[in-house]
Amino acid sequence: MQFHKHEAVIVGAGGAGLMAALYASKSVDTAVISKLYPTRSHTGAAQGGIGAALANLEEDHWEWHAYDTVKGADWMGDEPEIEFMCREAIDVVIELEHMGLPFDRTPEGKISQRPFGGHTNNITHKPVRRAAHAADRTGHMILQTLYQQCIKNNVNFYDEFQVVDLLINDGAAVGVVAYEIATGELHVFHAKTVLFATGGFGRMWKITSNAHAYTGDGNGIAARRGIPQQDLEFFQFHPTGIRGMGILITEGVRGEGGVLINNEGERFMDRYAPNVKDLASRDVVSRAIYLEVMAGRGINGEDWVWLDIRPETVNKYFERDDIRNPDGTPRRIDADYVRKKLPDIADFTKTYLGVDPVVDPMPVQPTAHYAMGGIPTDVNGRVLIDEERTVMPGMYAAGECACVSAHGANRLGTNSLLDLVVFGKSAGIDMARYCQENDWKPLPENAGQEAADMLERIRTNEGTEHVATLRTELQQLMTKNVSVFRTQELLDEAVVEIQKLRERYKHVGIQDKGKTFNTELLQAWEFGNLLDLALLTATSAAARTESRGAHARDDYPDRDDEHWMKHTLAWLQPDGSVKLSYKPVRRILNPDGTYKYPAIKRVY
Amino acid sequence: MAKVNVTVKILRFNPDVDEQPHWQTYQVNDVDETSQVLDVLHRIKWYQDGTLTLRSSCAHGVCGSDAMVINGHNRLACKTLVRDVQPTITVEPIRGLKVIKDLVVDMEPFFAKYKSIEPWFINPEPPPERERLQSQKDRERFDDTTKCILCGACTTSCPSFWANGEYVGPAAIVQAHRWIFDSRDKGTAERLKILNDRFGVWACRTAFNCVEACPREIDITKAIGEVKKALTFGTIDF
Repeated sequence: MQFHKHEAVIVGAGGAGLMAALYASKSVDTAVISKLYPTRSHTGAAQGGIGAALANLEEDHWEWHAYDTVKGADWMGDEPEIEFMCREAIDVVIELEHMGLPFDRTPEGKISQRPFGGHTNNITHKPVRRAAHAADRTGHMILQTLYQQCIKNNVNFYDEFQVVDLLINDGAAVGVVAYEIATGELHVFHAKTVLFATGGFGRMWKITSNAHAYTGDGNGIAARRGIPQQDLEFFQFHPTGIRGMGILITEGVRGEGGVLINNEGERFMDRYAPNVKDLASRDVVSRAIYLEVMAGRGINGEDWVWLDIRPETVNKYFERDDIRNPDGTPRRIDADYVRKKLPDIADFTKTYLGVDPVVDPMPVQPTAHYAMGGIPTDVNGRVLIDEERTVMPGMYAAGECACVSAHGANRLGTNSLLDLVVFGKSAGIDMARYCQENDWKPLPENAGQEAADMLERIRTNEGTEHVATLRTELQQLMTKNVSVFRTQELLDEAVVEIQKLRERYKHVGIQDKGKTFNTELLQAWEFGNLLDLALLTATSAAARTESRGAHARDDYPDRDDEHWMKHTLAWLQPDGSVKLSYKPVRRILNPDGTYKYPAIKRVY
Repeated sequence: MAKVNVTVKILRFNPDVDEQPHWQTYQVNDVDETSQVLDVLHRIKWYQDGTLTLRSSCAHGVCGSDAMVINGHNRLACKTLVRDVQPTITVEPIRGLKVIKDLVVDMEPFFAKYKSIEPWFINPEPPPERERLQSQKDRERFDDTTKCILCGACTTSCPSFWANGEYVGPAAIVQAHRWIFDSRDKGTAERLKILNDRFGVWACRTAFNCVEACPREIDITKAIGEVKKALTFGTIDF
């Protein structure tokens, strides 16, 4: 076992981890540990844009962005945190441009912006151009730009090291244990602060936009070390994944004018969201697709619909709805414009479907996409371990694995990239402060031994259960029981079945017994994280007897603010059971004592 | 969807037990024609032979993890569909980098070359309060090279790189091009100096393998040519 010492240890090298590293490394010794080469991180798959009220093309205000986010979150987001994110958005996007990020440009040379779901002019209630973008590879450019800055600033990188445990001493985070994938050697990292920025866990569903690497490693480790998981029942299904594959087709397609069409040739979002239509928030659009399918209006009676960005279709609806450019002229697009604004989408559909999106519509269906919930944190990334928001010393989380909660019950498109850079930055700054104000705390006794024993158990277990079989069963179960629409019966059944899978998981055997680049071992370990998080997700969902945001219940179709305007906290108990508790949603009051954002029924 | 049966020949090497790389053949039946070679490799790993080792992550061609040689060509396994390479699919690790195990190669030398061209924004002037302005035309000038995902398919397809591992390689030049032709960047002189070396752009013999290999369809030889031209004439052709 090797030992290392860095004041700030960051786990995960996506947008949040790299932004935190950039800021922490300005004043303290910082290391980033990542199971992938940093440029492989899933931030790079984000397409459409990053939200900020730059007002480069039309009137906009961060206050409108905040209201849209509160509404998109179905009044489940913490309002001071949402305001922080939307206020900081403007500076942080400018900061990314100053780092050289190649945003698309307006005719005046400013950062270009386009409409996205749920982002509106708060006066007219029409879509507003708020998504700053670099073609349809905004996440790719953010990831590369932040990595470049980290290399320039000599951040220490431990690439292809899998963190498998969190070291805690006297209630404080003091380091992590990592498995060097190339050699199979264990490394103990002693730290003053630890940040988890490990991304999401959509791989528990069958159809997902998520990378194979998205297995909730940080969340799983945290849960097993006694840290609660917040609001896991809120998992976003993005409306437009490529049929059967789940590969994401950005909401930017609809931002540029694309429309969803059912088997009758109808643009059905007219009926579900009369104001913003296809640019309603994602939970609303995914449910609409599901309801169309249930009503037999899926294409060929199947479980998918068309997404149409063909210029003739788009221009038809632009004309019908009198959509105009900022200068007042009628808005029209042509094939060249689509190719320039959405080149990667054209590449995906050509590769995987043999379809050119300016010639043919694209077959799409909802795809498991984003965890609104995760490790509870405050605005500085500090991990909160109970209902009273008690801070765990030295422990931080940011990005998708964290829950601030800026997204509440449903995240708006473009707010995930924003979340990464805003909260990655504030976490990095606060980690540096903490490191400077605090002495080293000792490692616990036998640091790393538990992790070593656990991995050795998986490696040498002679069990007959098979990871891929169990994973397929879990994915089918979650897709059937914990999906866009839910019922008590389905959720209760899911909890029972997941517990059975967890029991069988103890008897998993693997074939690769070697030390060198043993990905079979790691995939077996990763699957354990998915199982634990699936259990917490299903249990949290079964308890919430209301419909709010992404959590839609057939048996409780209405939002119930009286009983349920509160965050779930779910603890994984040592005996394998789940303990649930709740804490209030943080609201902002006006001076006269009324709510700044009164909770009303969400209409788009 | 049409189903096919495929034979997959994989060049395998495990340094713990093998003296030499060796071919191993797997049979995979009832494969959707439109599924990815990556799906087929996963089916082998997950259901036939857990020791088969490869990298993968995003599974739709944007993370760059799974570059490998498929039927003799450098490809991403997740962007190669079975119907285009069946019924016999041969899979080897990308060439010119040390094999760690099976399809996994040591990417450290590749990333070292990337870092050598100073791949970050260089501009000593203090930034304005808002964004730096850039015309749409200036932004378009380097759009193609911003697409690079550092998968290594180009560099490891290059005969010059195979012949001489010192060569900085097409991927690093593409990344340098992305900055040299960005009107906001002021690091052109130092980047050109780095590339003005017999192991820099001049090692390129325009074999065009890189263009054929690039899963992002970047016109790499054109980018290298533009950097050579900038060196020859001492000016940047924006």
